[in-house]
Amino acid sequence: MHLSMALLLSALLFGVGVYGVLARRNAIALLMAVELMLNAANLDLVAFDAWFKDTLHAGQVFALFVVVVAAAEVGVGLAIVLAVFRLRETVAVDELRQLADVDPPVRVDVDQ
Amino acid sequence: MTHLAWLLPALPALAAVVGLFVGARIPGGPAVPAIVGGGGAFVVSLLVLGAAEGSPRAVHESVTPWTPIGGQTLHVGTRVDGLVAVVAVMVCVVALLVQVYSTAYMAGDPRYSVYAAEVSLFTAAMLLVVVASNLFELLVGWELMGLCSYLLIGHYWQTEGARDAAVKAFVTTRFGDAAFVVGIIVLGVHAGSFDISRVLAAPGARGGVLTAGAVLLLGGVVGKSAQFPLHVWLPDAMAGPTPISALIHAATMVAAGIFVVARLYPVFVAAPVSLTVLGIIACVTMLGAALVALAEDDLKRVLAWSTVSQLAYMAAGLAVRGWTASIYHLLTHAAFKALLFLAAGSVLRTVGTNLMSQMGGLRRAMPVTFVTAIVGAATLAGLPPFAGAFSKDGILDAARERGGALGSAVYVVGLMTVVVTAAYVTRLILRTFFGDYRGATDGARPRLHESPLVMTVPLVVLAAASILLDQPILSGNSHVARWLAAPAGTAAPHLGVGGVALSTALVLVSAGAVFALWRRDPAADPLAVLGPVRRPLAAAFGVDAFYDRVVIRPLHALANAVLRADDQGLDAAVEGSGATATGVGGGLRRLQNGNVQAYASGLVIAVVALVVGVSLAVVR
Repeated sequence: MHLSMALLLSALLFGVGVYGVLARRNAIALLMAVELMLNAANLDLVAFDAWFKDTLHAGQVFALFVVVVAAAEVGVGLAIVLAVFRLRETVAVDELRQLADVDPPVRVDVDQ
Repeated sequence: MTHLAWLLPALPALAAVVGLFVGARIPGGPAVPAIVGGGGAFVVSLLVLGAAEGSPRAVHESVTPWTPIGGQTLHVGTRVDGLVAVVAVMVCVVALLVQVYSTAYMAGDPRYSVYAAEVSLFTAAMLLVVVASNLFELLVGWELMGLCSYLLIGHYWQTEGARDAAVKAFVTTRFGDAAFVVGIIVLGVHAGSFDISRVLAAPGARGGVLTAGAVLLLGGVVGKSAQFPLHVWLPDAMAGPTPISALIHAATMVAAGIFVVARLYPVFVAAPVSLTVLGIIACVTMLGAALVALAEDDLKRVLAWSTVSQLAYMAAGLAVRGWTASIYHLLTHAAFKALLFLAAGSVLRTVGTNLMSQMGGLRRAMPVTFVTAIVGAATLAGLPPFAGAFSKDGILDAARERGGALGSAVYVVGLMTVVVTAAYVTRLILRTFFGDYRGATDGARPRLHESPLVMTVPLVVLAAASILLDQPILSGNSHVARWLAAPAGTAAPHLGVGGVALSTALVLVSAGAVFALWRRDPAADPLAVLGPVRRPLAAAFGVDAFYDRVVIRPLHALANAVLRADDQGLDAAVEGSGATATGVGGGLRRLQNGNVQAYASGLVIAVVALVVGVSLAVVR
């Protein structure tokens, strides 16, 4: 199989992931989209490893690293989502706007 | 003993430092260091004078190299000759008496310790000018005096008049000092050294360099010695405490200008143009100031104008080569003017006003002040046998002998000034001490009484000096000239009976006329007879108003224009950049709307743009 087939698939997966991150409202779907992007990268790593016939299989090793890190990330991410849900009863990211820059309320100095 | 001359400025300077920092804590208060410092300087000045008299015409110089400056080595040290010794004694006596007098006059003043320290520093600065061996050393003392006069005239800084007068004195003298500094540099560069000995020994005029230097020096002299056109600060300086007026008018500040001309006299002789300029200025000042003194109602301002006029006598004397007579007049003037100011202080302290129209009849209440003031007034008017008559006639004699246009002008104007001087002095005495008291007669009337002993003793000492100072010239062998070691090209003073008789007659006629006018109505101003002529005189010929229109208002307008340019130009630009940054930032704030996905979209777009841009660049 030609390398380009694998790269094309990987690019499609990544695009789907980007779309998910930018467009989905559900925080869990967002995490899944991130997983898609990570695995697109994994696919690239493995494909290049096979294509170059690397004797040390560095690409596969890196893919394993990414899998481990992604697992940890999902763990933390789901914990955050759970905490947010308990606090706000929602996991829609576009409703979580507490970090927006709003005009400060007019301060009234009591002393004067 | 002349190697001790450095102690002259050092002792009062030390007294100033001690008095300022620990004066309030030592037993006896801040007066102790002030009087001890002044007294110490007085003793040293006597020792120096003794040594100078022992070897007249010798110059004792002790200098140490200090620092290189522009390819030359700057020396500091002292240079003592007869002139220096005599003037140093004069300064020390007056300063010491002023310090003693001030202990009573300024009693209860909350800032007395600062005042006493400033007087000490003032004395030190003047003595530094006197003993300096180097033009820059002299300049240091010269400028310190400007500072001290500013501080002391503004002693009552809670009043607006004192603040304005202090600024006026400082700015006006500073105006002359700018020329003075340039003059020093011109002379120093011409001579190849700033040491006074080298400057005096420098070869004569070439291409007008010396003339330029001498005329520039005159700028500073005219400012410090309050000659026309920079005389305007001196009458206003009366806003300061009265002992300060005595100090400024008799021993320091105004004397410094005359002293510097006398000290550097060979330079001026080598540049005759400068002496002519000095003579013209002196003629204008002499008569003008005396006329203004006629119309003043403020006792202290009458004396101030009289100082301006008497200093013009000295300047005129120097201009016509009557060097010795001028210095002699400087000495007698120091005695009688300090006396008159201290007497005026004694009067003011009792009646609580400066205005002669509120005085009168004080001779019964204040006998000591009255008698000493009479002595001072007679000396000022130039009645023999008081010393002022002989010193003034010495100058007039020198003018007559000199002849020519300048000499004749000085002689004629000098005689006219004798008449006017006698008139305003007589008026001053009559308005203050004779007739009936014209102040408040109801409950507000102050208790008229003689001043305490601390104030009257200096008066008596100065009155004695005013009388005894005629001895050097009466004794015939002209002691003054022997001590002073007059520079070459100057006329020795001698006592001309004819001249003395003429000016005495003028004084008596003028004083008699004023007395006759006064007898008609003792309550009125005898010179009300001048009628409409009084108006320009009381306005001091409108010089102040002229300066106000020509200098002060344009300067204010310029300052306001600069302020506006700063406010609306520079400052507006600075504030505008701030406002612009705030506006732009406010626009950017809207991007931070809290939607994480919007941020991520921006991120992706930016990355894509970067990648595309870089790729295109690489491909091309």
